Amino acid sequence: MDLSSISPILLVASIMVSATPIMLAAIGELVVEKSGTLNLGVEGMMITGAVVGFAAAVNTTSPLVGFAAAAGAGALLSLVFAILTQYLLSNQVATGLGLTLAGLGLSALLGKPYEGIKSPTLPKLDLGPLSDIPGLGTMFFKHDIMVYLSILLVIAVWAFLKYTRAGLILRAVGESHDSAHALGYKVVRVRMLAILFGGACAGLGGAYLSLVRVPQWTEGMTAGAGWIALAIVVFASWRPWRIMVGAYLFGGITVLQLNLQAAGVKVPVALLSASPYLVTILVLVIISARGAHGAPASLGRSFHASN
Amino acid sequence: MQDTLLSINGLTKAYPGVIANDNVSFDIGKGEIHALLGENGAGKSTLVKMIYGLVSPDKGAMTWNGAAFAPPKPSAARQAGVAMVFQHFSLFDALSVAENVALGMENPPKPRDLAARIRQVSEQYGLPLDPSRDVASLSAGERQRVEIIRCLLQDPRLLIMDEPTSVLTPQEVDILFETLRKLKSEGTSILYISHKLEEIRALCDHATILRHGKNVGTCTPAETSARQMAEMMVGSSFATPEARDVQLGDTVLKVTNLSLPALDGIGTPLRDISFELRQGEVLGIGGVAGNGQDELLMALSGERLSQPGSVAFQGRDVSQDGPGARRLPGLLSAPEERLGHAAAPDMSLTENGVLTAGHRAGLVSNGFIDWGKARSFAEDVIAKFDVRTPGPQVAARALSGGNLQKYVVGREIVQKPDLLVINQPTWGVDAAAAAAIRQALLDLAHGGAAILVISQDLDELMEISDRFAALNEGRLSEPRAVQGLDMEQIGLMMGGAHDMEVAHAAP
Repeated sequence: MDLSSISPILLVASIMVSATPIMLAAIGELVVEKSGTLNLGVEGMMITGAVVGFAAAVNTTSPLVGFAAAAGAGALLSLVFAILTQYLLSNQVATGLGLTLAGLGLSALLGKPYEGIKSPTLPKLDLGPLSDIPGLGTMFFKHDIMVYLSILLVIAVWAFLKYTRAGLILRAVGESHDSAHALGYKVVRVRMLAILFGGACAGLGGAYLSLVRVPQWTEGMTAGAGWIALAIVVFASWRPWRIMVGAYLFGGITVLQLNLQAAGVKVPVALLSASPYLVTILVLVIISARGAHGAPASLGRSFHASN
Repeated sequence: MQDTLLSINGLTKAYPGVIANDNVSFDIGKGEIHALLGENGAGKSTLVKMIYGLVSPDKGAMTWNGAAFAPPKPSAARQAGVAMVFQHFSLFDALSVAENVALGMENPPKPRDLAARIRQVSEQYGLPLDPSRDVASLSAGERQRVEIIRCLLQDPRLLIMDEPTSVLTPQEVDILFETLRKLKSEGTSILYISHKLEEIRALCDHATILRHGKNVGTCTPAETSARQMAEMMVGSSFATPEARDVQLGDTVLKVTNLSLPALDGIGTPLRDISFELRQGEVLGIGGVAGNGQDELLMALSGERLSQPGSVAFQGRDVSQDGPGARRLPGLLSAPEERLGHAAAPDMSLTENGVLTAGHRAGLVSNGFIDWGKARSFAEDVIAKFDVRTPGPQVAARALSGGNLQKYVVGREIVQKPDLLVINQPTWGVDAAAAAAIRQALLDLAHGGAAILVISQDLDELMEISDRFAALNEGRLSEPRAVQGLDMEQIGLMMGGAHDMEVAHAAP
C-alpha cells in the first residue's frame, strides 16, 4: 500500500470532473421535484443522453453538437414521462421506473455500433494566468467548459427559484397544486416545462460521462449515477447550493475509492467499488432520521383540475 | 337606487348527473353587500366560480358595469376587479405571507415595496399581519387576513367572500365586519356567502337564496327573520334543538394537570389542564384557533400519550393507552380536519367506517373484516345523518366538505360512545344539517354519554353546552355554567390574561 502515490492536486481535479454529471442531473431533478413531480427516470434519461450525445459527437466530430443532441434526447424521453403523468395521470413512481428501464434498453440498442470507438472530447479551457497558478490552477482552472457551466447552472437555478416570479410560481405549484390552480396558474404547463428541463439536464449529465469522463460508450455506463442524483436531491433538502455540496461529496468518494484501489489498500475491491452507493444509503438514512426537511408538499401527487 | 355593478342573467351550468345552477339571475349594486345563501350543494360555489372565471357557464350571460362579462380565466376576472377570498384557503404553507400575496397579484411590486404595502393596508383596515412570516405558522384567522389583504391590494370592485367567519372568534368577526363596512363605504361591492343567518342580517343589504341550483327568492335580511331565511334555504321547516333536563351521572372523564410539549416545535403546548366531565354533560370548549384545540383532542383521543395519571376514563388511567385501546371501552373522538385526519381521502366510506368503528361496532373479528357488516354500518350512518352520496363505496375525497363532516361525526355517534370528544362538529355544514348534528349530540348526552365539544362557533357552544371553558395558549379556563354567561365574559375567558388582539397580532 502506498498512499503517497495519491496526488492531492490531481485528486481534487478529478473530483470536479466526476461530480459534474451527477450535479447536472441532480439540479435538473431538483427543479422537477420543486414543481411537485417525482421523476424516477433520471438514470434512463442520463444513459439515453450518453449514447445519443456520443453518437452525435462521433458523427459530427463536434462534442458540443453531442451535448446539444444529448439534452434534446433527455428532454424527448422526459416528454414521454410528462405526457403520461400530467395528461394521462399515470402513477409517477411506476412511470419513472419504467422510463429508466426503457432508457437502459434503448441506449443498449442505439449504442451497439458505437462500442469501442473513441469520441472527440471537449478541450480543456485555458483561463490564462488562473490556469498557471501552481496547484490551484490544476485543481480548479484547467477543466472543460461543462464543469463551469454546471456550476453556473446551479447558481442560475438558485437565483431563478429565489428571485424570479416564475420561480415563485414553480414553487407554489409544487407546494399546493390545488391552491395554485384556484389562483389561475397553469399547473400542468408549469410541470411539463419543469420535467423537460429536468430531462435536458439529465441528458447533459449522461453525455458528460460518455464524452468527457470516460470517454467512450459502454452499455450501462451510467452505473447508478442517476439514482445517486436522485438521492442527492433529498440529501440537499431541495436546496440548489446543497446539490453542489452533495455532488462533490459523492464525486469525491467515487474518485477517492478509485485512487485507494490503485494504491493497493487492503480492503476488498468490491467493497471499495460499492462505497459511493453505501455512503448514499447511509446519508439518506441520517437525513430521513432528522425528518424530511423541505420536501415540496405536493411531491408525487397527480393533479387533475376537477371541480 | 344604486347603480348596478354586476348583473347575472339566467346562468346555467350542468355537470354530469347534476345541474349545479339552473337559470340563476340577480344583480349586485355598487357599494352593496349582497348575501348568497344556500345549503351545501345548492350551487353557490359553482356560481361564484363562474363569476371568478374558474368555470364557464353553459348558458346565460353576465354584464359588468353595463358591458358583457365572460372571464375566460381568473386573471381576466381579477383584471376586471373581481377578487375572491376562498373558503378552503388557497394558501401555500411553506411560503411567506408576502410570497403568498404576490402569487395572487397580476403585477406584484418588488418584494420590499410589497412588504411595505402589506403593512400599510393591514394597518389601514385593522388586520395586523407580518409579511415575512411563513403561512404554516399562522392561525386560521391570520390566514384569512392574508387572503383578504391579497384581495385588497388589487383595489377590487367586487370582493367575493366564501364562508369567511367559520373559523373566527367573535372579536375577529367584529374586526372583519368593520373592514367590510369600511370597504362598502369606499364603494366596493361584496358578495358574501355564509350559512350564519344572524351575520347576514347584521351585515348584508340584500340576500339571494339558492336551492338545488335555482334562485328561490331575494330578501332584505334586516327585515327578514333568520328562521324565515333558513326555511327558504331548505324549503321546509326544521327543528331547532330542544331544551332538555340535565341529569348528571358519575364522572366519566377526569383530566388532572395535563401538560404536553408542542409537537415538533410548531403548535401549542398544553399547560396544566384539569377538568372533569360527568355522564349526560356537554362541556363546550371555545377559543381562538391554534390555542391548543387540536392538541387537547389528540391528548384525549390517545394520538399523543401524556404523563401517567393525567387522563382517567371511567375511573381508569388511560393516559398511556393508544387510540384503539381508548375506543374499545367507549372513548371516541372526531378531529377537526376532515380529509387526512378524520377520514382517509382515497378510501371508501365503508373503509373509513371500519377504521374507527372496527372493533366497537363488531366489524372485525379474529383480525378479519366483515365487509357485509361494514357496508351496512356505513349505510346506517349515511341514512341517519342524511349524507348525500351515491353510496358507501364512494371515496371520502369525493364528498363535499359538509357531507363528509356529517359522515365522520355520524360515524362516531352511531357507535354510542360513553365519551365523545369532537372538534368543530358543524364546520362547513349547512343550517339544517348543523341543527341535526347538534340534536344528535344532545340526544347522545340525554342517553347518558358525556360530550366534549371544541368549537369556534360560540352560538353553537352556547346552544348545546351545559358548561363552557376556553383555551388560551394551551391553558384551559375554569369551566363555568353556560346560563348567565354573556359575550363579554366569554371574550375575557378566551383572551386569558392578555388583551386578545395584541396576543394575536404579535409575530
